[in-house]
Amino acid sequence: MAQNLSESGAGRSLWKDARLRFIQNKAATLSLFILILIVSFSFVGPYFAVWSYEQIDWNAMGSAARVGMPSIESGHYFGTDDLGRDLYSRVIQGTQISLMVGVLGASVAVIVGTLYGATSGYLGGKTDQIMMRIVDILMSIPYMFVLILLLVVFGRSIGMLFIGIGLLSWLDMSRIVRGQTLNLKNKEFIEAAKVTGVSDFKIITRHIVPNLLGIVAVYATLLVPGIILAESFISFLGLGVQEPSTSWGALIKEGAGTISYDTEWQLLFPLAFFVVSLFCFYFIGDGLRDALDPKER
Amino acid sequence: MINYIIKRIGIAIPTLLILIAVSFYLMHAAPGGPFTSERPLPAQVLANIEAKYGLDQPIWRQMINYLWGVVTEFDFGPSYKYHDRTVNEIIGHGFPITLKYGFWSFIAAVGVGIPLGAIAAIRKNTWIDYLAVGVSIGAQVLPNFVMAPLLIIVFTLWLDWLPGGGWNGGSWEYLVMPVIALSTSYMASIARITRSSMLEVLNTNYIRTAKSKGLPTKVIFFRHVLKPSLLPVISYLGPAFVGLITGSVIIDIYFSTGGMGYFFVNAAFNRDYSVMMGITIVVGGLTILFSLIADLLYAWIDPKIRY
Repeated sequence: MAQNLSESGAGRSLWKDARLRFIQNKAATLSLFILILIVSFSFVGPYFAVWSYEQIDWNAMGSAARVGMPSIESGHYFGTDDLGRDLYSRVIQGTQISLMVGVLGASVAVIVGTLYGATSGYLGGKTDQIMMRIVDILMSIPYMFVLILLLVVFGRSIGMLFIGIGLLSWLDMSRIVRGQTLNLKNKEFIEAAKVTGVSDFKIITRHIVPNLLGIVAVYATLLVPGIILAESFISFLGLGVQEPSTSWGALIKEGAGTISYDTEWQLLFPLAFFVVSLFCFYFIGDGLRDALDPKER
Repeated sequence: MINYIIKRIGIAIPTLLILIAVSFYLMHAAPGGPFTSERPLPAQVLANIEAKYGLDQPIWRQMINYLWGVVTEFDFGPSYKYHDRTVNEIIGHGFPITLKYGFWSFIAAVGVGIPLGAIAAIRKNTWIDYLAVGVSIGAQVLPNFVMAPLLIIVFTLWLDWLPGGGWNGGSWEYLVMPVIALSTSYMASIARITRSSMLEVLNTNYIRTAKSKGLPTKVIFFRHVLKPSLLPVISYLGPAFVGLITGSVIIDIYFSTGGMGYFFVNAAFNRDYSVMMGITIVVGGLTILFSLIADLLYAWIDPKIRY
């Protein structure tokens, strides 16, 4: 037995274990593959574009239904929109912006939520109660309305958009992290750190947060589609990303506005990218959870 | 229980006050007053108008006046854009509409979601389970602003069964598509939560005991399984309600139903701050009230919670 163990070589780390479990999950692996394809398409795609996203094809303007359909010859691989702009380039740009807002917004939420939750859970007592009450209070505020208020008051910009979404979506994260921290803080290694006189702040950033990375990774992946949805919602209302920039939500809005003119590709191309990417994020998140969440093992 | 109720209300009231204060300060942080326009008014006229609306007073004074008006008389002041309408009139017009389709969407989400999840859990790993799981994943990536145009393509443009928008006093054919578009994703979430919590309950020892002592399946289900597995669903009702209210913005825009969302977005484009604030506060108040009810319901059902 002991011989067997030593023959099996070096011990497997948590992350290696998780990676193996993740690879065995076919839906998650396939989703990751598709998502990588979509991301690389949004970077490589522009090199194959004939038209830029701002350029107007005067032939197609106003007669998108007859001239602007998807075709290889005209260079409009995905057709044009109603103003004669190339949908291929616009979908690429929308993909970049939506993914960027999703990832940046999720990073803001993850950083704020993790630090807040870890601090609250680690300090405990009255501080913990007050900090969590604040989260409770913020959670019962209809945040989409507040976000729109913020965007109107401070002006619409992508920066404001992702700060707003990120700052409002760290709440779930902080609760999850706090729960995990409560489990961690009575472990021996934390006690050892305390005894040797490490400061609270250092314990939180050096010892608590690294041990939370698994669960944080899972919820971060699930946060990204949530934030993309929120951004699309705002852009769908016309309050998000401003022209000439665009995002999936804005493109879906445009496409949905012209469905009665026989130009369904204007809706279907952005919609397909949107739906497929969200599917991928959810499957990857589920796969990561199965791979990393100790409860499932 | 009484203590818990008092404690819970003790949180709800400051929450609402904070919401009012924050939106009030946001409104004042905005560049430009409500009466600045492209053609500047003569200074005296502007001063008179500002005096009429009480805008010449210090900001804390204005805020106390506003708060006082909201709390005692439920008065949100005049609209800054449409000078002949008050915020109360606008809310009074849009609110009943939002409430009506919101109510039906909520009923649809809970009434279909819970049975769907329960059936999926009981018939685990059968086609009906796979169908329920598939539908709930699909509905998650089809939010209301995607559902709405798709529904219009299918039911209005292709099949010509339902009108593509309008309200018409809320008769059913104008209600169907808004309710479907609004409720689907919450229905799916509720089904998923019900399924997973019910599966957990079905695996517990006390259910095995109940089975082994020969209780009929129906009695086991309604007496022992249903209640504990509904607890996570109840705690999801608060967020679901927020989502429904938020989604109503899309519904109003897309189906031209003329509810609160329409006025809110309109106000956002017109920078009509008093209308935006009024609606935010009403919606916030509703949300807080609803999560209070959901929490009390939870405490009432769950015997483990004692405050």
